[in-house]
Amino acid sequence: MVLLVLVCVLAGVVVLAVFGGPEARHLLAPYGLMKPGLLWMALFFLAPVWSLVRISLSTKESRFSVQYNFAWAWENYSRAFSDFGGQFQRAFLYSFIATILTIVIGYPIAYVIAFRGGRYKNLLLGLVVIPFFTSYLIRTIAWSTILADQGPIVSLLSTLGLVDVFEWLRIMDNGKLINTPAAVIGGLTYNFLPFMLLPIYVSLEKIDANLVNAANDLYSTPTAAFRKVVFPLSLPGVFAGTLLTFIPAAGDFVNAQFLGNPNTTMIGNSIQDQFLRQNNYPVASAMSAVLMVSITALVLLYSRLFGTEELV
Amino acid sequence: MNTLRSRIARMSLNVFAGLGLIYLFLPIFFIVLFSFNKPKGKYNIVWQEFTFDNWLDPFSQKSLTAALWVSLRIGALATAISTVLGSMIALALSRRTFKGSSAINLLLVLPLTTPEIVLGSSLATLFLNQTYINFGFVTVVIAHVMFQVSFVALTVRARIRGFDWTLEQAAADLGSTPQRTFRLVTFPLILPGVLAAALLAFALSIDDFIITFFNAGSTATFPLQIYGAARVQIPPQINVLASMVLLFSVALLVVGATRGQRSEAAKAMKRPKIKIRK
Repeated sequence: MVLLVLVCVLAGVVVLAVFGGPEARHLLAPYGLMKPGLLWMALFFLAPVWSLVRISLSTKESRFSVQYNFAWAWENYSRAFSDFGGQFQRAFLYSFIATILTIVIGYPIAYVIAFRGGRYKNLLLGLVVIPFFTSYLIRTIAWSTILADQGPIVSLLSTLGLVDVFEWLRIMDNGKLINTPAAVIGGLTYNFLPFMLLPIYVSLEKIDANLVNAANDLYSTPTAAFRKVVFPLSLPGVFAGTLLTFIPAAGDFVNAQFLGNPNTTMIGNSIQDQFLRQNNYPVASAMSAVLMVSITALVLLYSRLFGTEELV
Repeated sequence: MNTLRSRIARMSLNVFAGLGLIYLFLPIFFIVLFSFNKPKGKYNIVWQEFTFDNWLDPFSQKSLTAALWVSLRIGALATAISTVLGSMIALALSRRTFKGSSAINLLLVLPLTTPEIVLGSSLATLFLNQTYINFGFVTVVIAHVMFQVSFVALTVRARIRGFDWTLEQAAADLGSTPQRTFRLVTFPLILPGVLAAALLAFALSIDDFIITFFNAGSTATFPLQIYGAARVQIPPQINVLASMVLLFSVALLVVGATRGQRSEAAKAMKRPKIKIRK
């Protein structure tokens, strides 16, 4: 089947080449330039999506077989929902909370850099980005060290006597900070913070300071000036940031694996486990397909409701 | 009263941002700190005592060093391919609108709005059960180029938006061949954008874990090696290598920043001073 796709794409290219005669060259020049890149995308992005959907509707010949037969096997999807419904819920809940937290933490930092950075703007921006030059995995493992039972935060909290407060807030569980839902959400928040901070910074940076001055001249309070002038103008950044944070967070499994426990697994963990460890490709593919479709639907709905024209 | 309140508000926002910066650097501080730790047992997660041993012998973990080398090779190859392909798409898209350009824009954005796990698992289903390519170096390069092309195309396009393409026509009017025009006019103009995109693509490739995890087979890139090792041991050499990468990128950033400032200063000197008459 994969071969057939290959042949189709190649045939399309040949047709394009034949059409690209001298008189049509100008018309087709952009297509010619894009051909190799688009071919790559078609072969290794679009064709895989199609093969994913195909495998998600296939059945195995036997438990240990690696051969799959396409059979409109919708039961893979019902299994994905019945066995892994909790993981779907947690994936969306955790990444939703993490997205909100990245706005709460990222927006003030972006604001201070954009409006009060002065000549240190670039330096501050560099400082924000530097932590993310280390590997994603190493950062997450570092968090597991920090949050560990013998780690600095737990001992700080117990010296301050704040453990009970954190237990009450459900951030800690039985005196543990690591392997809790809060740790997973915290890890997601940390790892995806720059994807929220930088778009917000870009949109804040663009704002003409004279607009704020005008608001002040017209006797607006600073709060009202922020609410009515700055904040609405920064919404495109918040919009782009939410997409760039929520989407990768919803499919993540690294944070849940290193910072969570077996009851905090997200859908990414299940897909990874079913695909790479159990070799249960049909159900793993079904979960992937559901994740893809639900995220696409959410993104479309979200951009309908709050969207701006520029997505990128 | 009012000014005092607004000053307090101002200060508290600055303090919040400062705390945010500390939060950002907390894990980095620990990574660097624990590169000087002398761990008891296999896990480098509890502080024992200070030592320089790990820094004197950063490449003692052979598999880790080998994996870093694999990552660099994959990154270089994938970045070279994706930079050429992506820049070509960006060039085509930014000159004029043509039939299907909005569809192509959508195709470029889609990989960015798809979770990595979906990209990784779907690409892996393509390589399952076929006889042409085995999982390994080649499939990882293919996977990396796939997501890099979008980033490169969008970055380059953003950088060259609003270019004056009539310069190319001017060159043609002066009798330049298309090849010569590209070499002497177009290429130097787009080069900064292309380089920025290539750096971004390389960084994405080096750090990619999820997509690579699905398509690597037995090939171990640096992140995959760390992941595999983390289950049985966390050697301090991981921290040393991570700190080295960090130092290197900080140096790169400092060089870039000072050079940028110099060119800004040069521009400011050249800029004619305009007096506004009142």
